[in-house]
Amino acid sequence: MKEQGTIATHTISVVVDNEAGVLARVIGLFSGRGYNIESLTVAAVDRNDKRSRITVVTSGTRMVIEQIKAQLDRLVPVQKVADLTIEGPHVSRDLALVKVSGEGDKRVEALRLADAFRARVVDSTRTSFVFELTGSASKLDAFVDLMRDLGLVEVARTGAVALSRGEGGL
Amino acid sequence: MTASMATTRKKAAAATKLSGAQMILKALTDLGVEVVFGYPGGAVLPIYDELFKQDKIRHILVRHEQAATHAAEGYARSTGKPGVVLVTSGPGATNAVTGLTDAMLDSIPMICLTGQVARHLIGNDAFQEADTVGITRPCTKHNYLVKDAADIPNVFHEAFYVATNGRPGPVVIDLPKDVQIEQAEYEVTGRGEHRTYRPQLEGEEEAIREAVAAMATAKRPILYTGGGIINSGPEASDLLTELAHMTGFPVTSTLMGLGAFAASEKQFLGMLGMHGTWEANHAMHDCDVMVNLGARFDDRVTGRVDAFSPGSKKIHVDIDLSSINKNVAVDIPIVGDAAHVIRRMIDIWKEEGFSNHQPSLDDWWSQIEGWRSRECLKYQDQADVIMPQKALERLEALTKDKDPIISTEVGQHQMWAAQFLGFEKPNRWLTSGGLGTMGYGLPAAMGAQIAFPDRLCIDVAGEASIQMNIQELGTLKQYNLPVKVFIMNNEYMGMVRQWQDLSYEGRRSESYSASLPDFVALAEAYGMKGLKVEKAEDLDAVITEMIETDGPVIVDCRVAKLENCFPMVPAGAAHNEMLLPGDGVSKPTDAEALAVV
Repeated sequence: MKEQGTIATHTISVVVDNEAGVLARVIGLFSGRGYNIESLTVAAVDRNDKRSRITVVTSGTRMVIEQIKAQLDRLVPVQKVADLTIEGPHVSRDLALVKVSGEGDKRVEALRLADAFRARVVDSTRTSFVFELTGSASKLDAFVDLMRDLGLVEVARTGAVALSRGEGGL
Repeated sequence: MTASMATTRKKAAAATKLSGAQMILKALTDLGVEVVFGYPGGAVLPIYDELFKQDKIRHILVRHEQAATHAAEGYARSTGKPGVVLVTSGPGATNAVTGLTDAMLDSIPMICLTGQVARHLIGNDAFQEADTVGITRPCTKHNYLVKDAADIPNVFHEAFYVATNGRPGPVVIDLPKDVQIEQAEYEVTGRGEHRTYRPQLEGEEEAIREAVAAMATAKRPILYTGGGIINSGPEASDLLTELAHMTGFPVTSTLMGLGAFAASEKQFLGMLGMHGTWEANHAMHDCDVMVNLGARFDDRVTGRVDAFSPGSKKIHVDIDLSSINKNVAVDIPIVGDAAHVIRRMIDIWKEEGFSNHQPSLDDWWSQIEGWRSRECLKYQDQADVIMPQKALERLEALTKDKDPIISTEVGQHQMWAAQFLGFEKPNRWLTSGGLGTMGYGLPAAMGAQIAFPDRLCIDVAGEASIQMNIQELGTLKQYNLPVKVFIMNNEYMGMVRQWQDLSYEGRRSESYSASLPDFVALAEAYGMKGLKVEKAEDLDAVITEMIETDGPVIVDCRVAKLENCFPMVPAGAAHNEMLLPGDGVSKPTDAEALAVV
């Protein structure tokens, strides 16, 4: 159906049976039906009960987002789908590893900024650092942008993991 | 070699153990399977060897794996039971993909067992290896790669549960050859369900009450019913009939839902959609309350979405949450099984003491009668040629008392069959709706005939479609299945030609069926009867001979070559912009409209 309405970004949490092919099903659904994936993370969260949790950040109109959730829910190994963006407050965190190479003032400045962002140095040579940084996606974007002038080499990011605030859970 | 030595040793150790292949046959038997449609090959030889040794499950040898899947669909659609397919790895599995996709789109319960290369060869580009679970992931409801023979009992029980519960669909079980040989104990743990999958059957009470309240105050209501009623079982059809009688609402049906409500009922407006009736489409467009029961607002039904039934309050009952608000935004969504929800609607309607004139529907019905009086299916009969509509009218008249099961291929003949053959009961109509698979009809009729050996099963075909699975004549002959193949031969891929004439200024690009076989001679070559009819006055005699012949028959019915199928909602148009036969000349169609259809 033709797109109408504003496009919004949603963080969706999906609890799935931890079995072969489940991630392929979820990713295939997004590519097959033409939905966006801004980020996607997955890991087993309960090995005894064979459950994994997928956090997917996607964007679309209200109708498309509803459709994405319904399509996810329809997959046989999907146990629960929650739209954290509309189901109340939630916390969301990305982790980034950022490699910066440089000497002299630039190196000092990179370290100073890393400190301001509460990044940790997890690897260091005389001419490089690897910073580890967690936070919201926008905080990580801001840090990476600052590093561009200070010898940014490469970045690896996890994508968002998120949970609802408060005592309730999926 | 080591593997076989290991199995020999294991065999000696535990007599109660079964081979994977034995477990497969045991699981199928335990699950009540009576028929398997299949084709052997290297990767399923152990299963075929076990099939050979038993007599509980009947194997029907098709001539192409695609036909096995459609035969299983025909079996499933006519019986309500899941159809079972057995094919080998690689090409066996890839040939089954069309039928799996067809079953996915039309929600047909099917189990497809595919052979796979031995576990240690998976991923090595082995002979006849294909990534079956990868290829079939988007065209199945679920699929499994069995990596351990001990998993077979549970996987099979779970697969049947998944295929038949909720919105039905195809399930693939991929079985590596060494798993078929491996020995294990046969043990079903759990209750034969899926660990976590639980479809919702009961609709939300509050939503159903809201829906019934809207229905009771409707001035221009309509029941728009679909394949979900058929899938819910014959009881859903009875309940639909009760609801229709109780409310006095008009009823229209999608292609997949035909037969759920008797075509002879006065309240039935015929099929809706692209080739639906004038009255059904106008009633849909002008209604004030639309009750969608088990249909999915398919683009062939809605026409231009932004002009689809603009003024109505829409109630949508569907077992699949993802069908709701996908194409058309609805006001009252109800997730649940058709029979459950309709029963609740009936109860609430009675409870609230609503009558069938709550306000009066007289004005609405007189408007509908006005549309009906257009007689949109009327056609210009001709003396020197058989009109396709006429052929179907005679076919219906001469077979009606036999309660036939009708399958179709895809194209003009399919739409004419939907328009002209009245279906009184569910499970009599087998057609490829969602995927529109040419070559569906012959194997589907075969599957239905296997399930009902004494019933009259007719494949209404076109001369182009029939050639897509014509090899199955061999299967008909082998099992002496008395399927009647009624080919409406107009020497064109008629629907393609019709579109080319209406939207591409008559450039009939590649739509002529050149070099057709002599279908009568072809029938005879397969050892069955072939009949040909070219004159309208011979129609009755030929159809009667077809029905009375024991065994399979092919009828080559030569029909008018250039007849178009009307009414038609043209490319990018709304329901109330239908074309009727008189309008059938080339209309300018813009590029956007051509792209959306």
